Amino acid sequence: MNPPPAAAPAVGARIPVVAVAGNPNTGKTTLFNRLTGSDQKVANYPGVTVERHTGRMRLPCGREVSVLDVPGTYSLSARSREEEIAIHSIAGIDGEVPPDLVVLVVDATQLSRNLYMALQVLELEVPLLVALNMTDMLEARGESIDVEALARGLGAPVVAISALKGRGIDDLVSAIERTLAAPDRARPGARWVPDSAELRADLDHVAASIPVEWTRGSQARARALAAWALLSIDEHDELRGVPDALRRTALARRAQTTAQGRHVDAEIIRGRYAWIDARIESFVRSSARARSATERADAILMNPWLGFPIFLAVMGVVFMALFSWADPAMGVIEGVFDGLSGLVRGAMGPSIVRDFITDALIAGVGSVVVFLPQILLLFLFIGILEDTGYMARVACLMDRVMRTMGLNGRAFVPMLSGYACAVPAIMATRTMERQRDRTLTMMVVPLMTCSARLPVYTLMIGALFPATLVMGFAPTQALLLVAMYLFSTLMALAAAAVLSRTMLKARSVPLIMEMPPYRRPHWASVVRLMFQKARAFLSEAGKVILVCTVALWALLSFPKDSGVETRRAELATEVAALDEAAATPERDAQLERLGAAQSELDGQALRSSYAGRLGHAIEPTIEPLGFDWKIGIGLIGAFAAREVFVSTMGVVYGLGDADETTVTLRDRIRAEQRANGSPVYTPLVGLSLMVFFALACQCMSTLAAVRRETRTWRWPIFLFVYMTALAWVASFVVYQGGRLIGFT
Amino acid sequence: MLNTSNILPGQRARLVQIGGERSFRRRLMELGFLPGTSVRCVRRVGVGGLVEFEVRGGHISLRASEAVALVFESDR
Repeated sequence: MNPPPAAAPAVGARIPVVAVAGNPNTGKTTLFNRLTGSDQKVANYPGVTVERHTGRMRLPCGREVSVLDVPGTYSLSARSREEEIAIHSIAGIDGEVPPDLVVLVVDATQLSRNLYMALQVLELEVPLLVALNMTDMLEARGESIDVEALARGLGAPVVAISALKGRGIDDLVSAIERTLAAPDRARPGARWVPDSAELRADLDHVAASIPVEWTRGSQARARALAAWALLSIDEHDELRGVPDALRRTALARRAQTTAQGRHVDAEIIRGRYAWIDARIESFVRSSARARSATERADAILMNPWLGFPIFLAVMGVVFMALFSWADPAMGVIEGVFDGLSGLVRGAMGPSIVRDFITDALIAGVGSVVVFLPQILLLFLFIGILEDTGYMARVACLMDRVMRTMGLNGRAFVPMLSGYACAVPAIMATRTMERQRDRTLTMMVVPLMTCSARLPVYTLMIGALFPATLVMGFAPTQALLLVAMYLFSTLMALAAAAVLSRTMLKARSVPLIMEMPPYRRPHWASVVRLMFQKARAFLSEAGKVILVCTVALWALLSFPKDSGVETRRAELATEVAALDEAAATPERDAQLERLGAAQSELDGQALRSSYAGRLGHAIEPTIEPLGFDWKIGIGLIGAFAAREVFVSTMGVVYGLGDADETTVTLRDRIRAEQRANGSPVYTPLVGLSLMVFFALACQCMSTLAAVRRETRTWRWPIFLFVYMTALAWVASFVVYQGGRLIGFT
Repeated sequence: MLNTSNILPGQRARLVQIGGERSFRRRLMELGFLPGTSVRCVRRVGVGGLVEFEVRGGHISLRASEAVALVFESDR
């Protein structure tokens, strides 16, 4: 097992590629993280929005190796884009570089099923190294695997590891080094050869049509790819990059065998399993009753009566955490950044540079960092749910409901998180396997009533709707708020139903979901996940958010009117002088007057800024919704984050700093008049505005998060356009419909 | 004849045949659902919801409505 270390590699040799592959739930990604540490890169595979994770690792001899995290797959036949990519990466076909070594992560507790894939890799003559994971769990149930026998049986090196606990990683790294230096040690391994002459003839026939770039001159590889082609190619396979000649040959041959009453698929799969079954007894020592702990836990957690209440309780905790536990931390972050702005303001004289630093840079960074508590908390829970195996049960329990929307049960946690904030919810879509499901969820999550909409609703409801009781007991204002939640939920469900039948229509794929055994969460990897997500958000989405904040600031602050600026400077000097003076009632009254004059100037400046002009420019488009150009400025400001609408309106109306509970702002809203003396804000306008906020994509952070997750601008642009159009139409219907039936 | 809608939790049965779309059939076979294999129905989740099977030591959930073409015969 331990030959002397290999000779040093040739100088200038190309960097070898090691592909880490395996079934889902085998700890493949944990191992990938162990091998590469933080030295990872994420990009998309060419032409598809499937992420390609690569990293670098250094072997003990000093040689650098590129490591590829291949999407998890049960076999080398594809049911999804992700699996297709896994196959191309392992086989090195259709433009993918053939790996120098495949490290196949094998779940020791499910050996025969995992060896099925090992056989496929061996058939392709790709050098294989088996990383036998979860041996500790196998031992815990009284079984063990004879590593030497397995290595002999497969003809490939086998190393027992525990990816979670980091056991055996050094051995694995040395094995990678040895195998890369002498790839023949891992090739040609054992392989399955069909017993039946008929099947052998089929394979030989199709093998002749495999392109030579794929076979690289090997007859055995040609036969293995022929088996893949016979198993995978059919009239609706959606496979890309299959040469026409191969497609025709494979289809014709399969039709021929079907006509003979044979089932080639079953023959090939059964053949491989027969090979495994003939040897498995020599690999595994003793057999005990398996999974008893998991079955006992599931007897409670998936109990027809208890399962659902327990599920609701667990989800309740996750939701409460996002909705309210994150609040104190977010308050602290906001406080810190406000304090920082205050310090800068105190240290520098009034100038455009100071405003840029405080209102654009510090505010921008603050608006990125403020998402961290929710992101960290959500991924803490997702890490625990995934690690323990409960996430698969959540998916099971919610499958029925989510299916009606064209989604599967795994979309539930992101959807629920959307009620707190769309940004972490969009990041949480990563727990779904199919890109199409992820995209669909991302397209509807921003419709959920997130907490940033609440200040807008509170302001409108508080200012425009009476605090009366409906039918003598139900408070009108609270009912309205509940109605807004229901409305957004129904719209999200409807949007999912429509999108899944149109833009994101996908052939329905019957669900096949593995139920992993329950495990204790591994805290180090949970924490790792949390910080990985936080870092990715800061570095990728953060940049977009920062740029947008600066752009919005410029829009709201320029052009500067010299008259206003001079008057503002004078006021500042007067205030500074008075601040020094002794406190008297007259001084306080004077200060208040000056403060009001400053706020009025701020309002003047904003109204004449680019955003103000833009408000005028968009007025014709928002007038049919009942909004005037000042509300238009609020809508522009709200793009930074919905709650900014409230403070922007405060400035527009010359009231200075205001929040949704500020009495003067509510009064001002009630008093605001149009040119003809009629009030701007009626309950109907308030309703129209709330409907607009419920549906419009007034959130650059959401768009930045979608951009990060889909790695294209196409989806964020689509999201923005469809939500804005939906909001406009809905507000139009509410306002014009309301007027038709006699409201003003 | 047993199928995914009438197999009972805890019941062990021999798989006789798999129907349905080819990629679905193929994946099930690759996971060990080969005709002739003994499988156990572990539980059913909800009415008309999912059915969990144990096969080759792995646990796989299928939608009862989508796995209609799985036919079993009683093992005992």
